[in-house]
Amino acid sequence: MLDLSDYGNSDFFQILKRRHPELLATLDSSDATSSVNGAASSFHPYEGTTVLAVVYDTGVVMAGDRQATEGFQVGERRIQKIYPVDRHSAIAVAGAAGPCIEMAKLFQVEVEFYEKTEGISLSLEGQANFLAHLVRSNLGLAMQGLIVLPLFAGYDLKRQRGRIFKYDAVGGRYEEDDYYAIGSGGKDARTTLKKRYTPEMTRQDALEIVAEALWDAADEDIATGGPDLVRKIFPTLYTVNEEGVTEVTEATVEELYRNLISRL
Amino acid sequence: MSTPYYVSPEQIRQDKEDFVRRGIAQAKEVVVLEYRDGLLMVAENPRKTTFKISEIYDRIALAAAGRIAEYEILRVAGIRESEIKGFRYYREDVTAKWLTNLYSQHMGAVAQAWDAKPLEIELLVCEVGTTDAPVNSELRNNQIYHIAFDGIYSEEEKYAVIGGRATAITEILQQRYTDGLEMSAALQLITETFRTIETDAADNYEITPQTIEVACLEQTAERRKFRRLSTDEIMTLLDL
Repeated sequence: MLDLSDYGNSDFFQILKRRHPELLATLDSSDATSSVNGAASSFHPYEGTTVLAVVYDTGVVMAGDRQATEGFQVGERRIQKIYPVDRHSAIAVAGAAGPCIEMAKLFQVEVEFYEKTEGISLSLEGQANFLAHLVRSNLGLAMQGLIVLPLFAGYDLKRQRGRIFKYDAVGGRYEEDDYYAIGSGGKDARTTLKKRYTPEMTRQDALEIVAEALWDAADEDIATGGPDLVRKIFPTLYTVNEEGVTEVTEATVEELYRNLISRL
Repeated sequence: MSTPYYVSPEQIRQDKEDFVRRGIAQAKEVVVLEYRDGLLMVAENPRKTTFKISEIYDRIALAAAGRIAEYEILRVAGIRESEIKGFRYYREDVTAKWLTNLYSQHMGAVAQAWDAKPLEIELLVCEVGTTDAPVNSELRNNQIYHIAFDGIYSEEEKYAVIGGRATAITEILQQRYTDGLEMSAALQLITETFRTIETDAADNYEITPQTIEVACLEQTAERRKFRRLSTDEIMTLLDL
């Protein structure tokens, strides 16, 4: 039967928590944590590795490699770590892949639900704050090692610029003005970005340094996947600007990497 | 002690139907019409932010005639139930047929309750097919469901109309509708039909890009197929 009781509540997460807590099992730690403890060292859920974001003159680029590890094995070669959220924002995730993907999905639904019920988009800052709330609700699992760390970026229509938000495991939310990278190869990617980033760079410049940063991360960090020229698997790149969220075509990404390799 | 009185079920039903009919008779119309690339929805509505047509889910839209407040709570409930179902299973599993049943059961229950006023609304639940599916896949089909105040619903083909003068508009569309119209031709057909109806009316409602609400479900769009058309877009389509 149609339940009309939640009229006026635009928070999908809260509605699910009250009405369908079983759908949020990964975010309710009681059952999961005991089994994580029991399984101890043989327990290796998939882990997503390196994702990053770079602000350019009229927007922001987000990118991620395609590998998920399972302990010291390759778990998945084509995983997606970047998810469009609304027309002007996207989320990248690093950490335990299952809860990561679940959080990205829930976050996307949350923002869209708000937009449809209220008839107006949730502001970029409002989205960033809500995400902090989701990360904090995962604290129980995070304490057991199943950390979910998002990187959130978007184009702020009111301020007319790209913005990046990073998080810590307890739901702290911090804004970065220029670039950031997280995940196992995040530090290596940041080193490249630090050397190559210039303010007011163009979209093309940003795409080039993003490709290079992921290359360096894959070079230094065993968990990060590089471009796979044999299987034709390339990192995913998205741009977000005033026109919206656009995935950079695979052909363009391949070209970026062929140019990069020819310069090495 | 007061004596319980007897009223026949037929009488109760007739009274409720008369009551709703008087309300709906004054409601401005909404038309949904199949055009080449999907479903076009047009309402007589001069307001800028209070809509009669709205997005429910990826391929589903809802249109209503009658009391806005009664429609609004059903609109939000539809979005909520759809998102929950899509989150639990898969986005494709949310269908207009399922949503229509939800609305139908609710409206039927309210209409039959002895202590409640029936809802003074009629709904159109519309679902558009996607071009991103094999030619004979059911994912390609467009569906239109018309739900009356008492929850009785019917499946409509090509076009459907709700509102006070729905019958008159349907009669005009029966004569003028053809398959495979471009969006601009479809919009012109609907606005012409509205004009024909309004010239016979007393209240002098003028049909202009500012006094109609237009939205579409486009088969070729990405995941979210619903799109509201701006006044500028409407003017372009109407060649003004």
